[in-house]
Amino acid sequence: MNTTTTHFYGNTAVLTRRSLRHILRSPDTIITTAVMPVAIMVMFVYVLGGAINTGPYEYIDYMLPGILLITVASGIAYTAFRLFTDLQSGVFERFQSMPIARSSSLWAHVLTSLAANLMSLALVVGVALLLGFRTGAGPGAWLAVAGMLLLFTLALTWVAVVAGLSAKTVEGASAFSYPLIFLPFISSAFVPTDTMPGPVRWFAENQPVTSIVNSIRALFTQQSVGADLWLALAWCLGIMVVAYALAISTYKRRVS
Amino acid sequence: MTARLDGRPAVRVTGLKKSFRELDVLRGVDFDVAPGSIFALLGSNGAGKTTVVRILSTLLKADAGTALVDGFDVAAEAAEVRQAISLTGQFAAVDEVLSGRENLVLVAQLRRVKEPGRTADALLEQFGLSESGGRRAGTYSGGMRRRLDIAMSLIGNPPVIVLDEPTTGLDPQGRLEVWAMIRQLAGQGTSVLLTTQYLDEAEQLADRIAILHQGKIIANGTLAELKQLMPPATAEYVEKQPTLEEVFLAIIGSGAGTPSRDTGTPPEHQQQGEKP
Repeated sequence: MNTTTTHFYGNTAVLTRRSLRHILRSPDTIITTAVMPVAIMVMFVYVLGGAINTGPYEYIDYMLPGILLITVASGIAYTAFRLFTDLQSGVFERFQSMPIARSSSLWAHVLTSLAANLMSLALVVGVALLLGFRTGAGPGAWLAVAGMLLLFTLALTWVAVVAGLSAKTVEGASAFSYPLIFLPFISSAFVPTDTMPGPVRWFAENQPVTSIVNSIRALFTQQSVGADLWLALAWCLGIMVVAYALAISTYKRRVS
Repeated sequence: MTARLDGRPAVRVTGLKKSFRELDVLRGVDFDVAPGSIFALLGSNGAGKTTVVRILSTLLKADAGTALVDGFDVAAEAAEVRQAISLTGQFAAVDEVLSGRENLVLVAQLRRVKEPGRTADALLEQFGLSESGGRRAGTYSGGMRRRLDIAMSLIGNPPVIVLDEPTTGLDPQGRLEVWAMIRQLAGQGTSVLLTTQYLDEAEQLADRIAILHQGKIIANGTLAELKQLMPPATAEYVEKQPTLEEVFLAIIGSGAGTPSRDTGTPPEHQQQGEKP
């Protein structure tokens, strides 16, 4: 299928503008994406955080990285939802029957997902700053944090594409994100892992969220990032490659 | 845009077969659509009409047989086919969040029309949607949506337009609007392939009618030819959806005819017997 690949960029730009318009017309999806992480943040900072010993760090500084990952995990549910809606409504088929690069309709959703999640993340960071989050991170560290979050979003977006393409119902299209939202709770995101019992601790220390959270936390607190960074990058790239391959094969089956 | 050779059919379908698992949906379908004509593919739900449409618009691959659109093979020359054909789906695929005008501009940009804005405005005008062009398509009535849907398929002047059940779900007014538009299209030289389950729709619009039943074309001709071929007695070939009237009559008992036909002199005892 090498047809009309020359128009891939133009077509993708047009279709991305379309789905971005959807988001700007219903900004509630950006806000609802941010509401849950903000609520969790408020609860932990003001209710539970006082009892958690995070050493030299203010609790909000300690847990913000985990909150940011929860934001992404809840944001990509909308990616799956938007893709599913396009498939259901027949809009997707209209695009597929037109002389355009076929994969454009998928990439438009992926790029829109990145943009929407960045907006939600900015919103959550803004609230965190109001609640007292402080960092001495310089522009370089901030850029590294943004890059890490972008990579994490991209990886989970392809997971969302698989869910959106293979879902049979609206609920099914977004239900896959619930375990992802829960994952940071069994990691180093909210409490240090050394207080956890054996098997839980083993899981917490060896799942992707912990290395990503540790990397972002180190960048925010100007510690040396070390091996966690490479582990985090490997996890993100690994998830992305597997999810991408799955998404493309699901897509090919869908559009035959 | 490709130039059509004279006499070459707009659509030529030969020996088309398609199965979904155990189910043979198409079992060898053949028909031609002459350039600039309206061709109706008539059949009940599940007859395979939409499968034919999806194969023609490159959304589905056939198991056997060939389909040419404007001379291009749907399997081997999919890109050219997508240039030549435009599909209007059964469930009007418009973007509900965008306005009517934005929907048209979107398609114009994707088809790389020179002046998307002007094209959109001209179509809004042509389809009587100028006043509502700025409103979200989600707020449109069924007839307006279908008109917008068809307007979107016209962008880029594809020589072949496929309308898959264009009036299903429309009220009588919306139906007449769409009919007028289809006639206008064919008048401009576009070849129209129309699928429908409504006999009167085929009768009203089509130059040629093919009846698709259980995956095969069982009749193909002009209305006059079909009337000769198929006297009323053989009308049972087509599963017509029962009207509410027919359902009603079936429930209250097959003996009773419609009141208008029974106004002669009904037997005295029967009338009395039916009154409680």
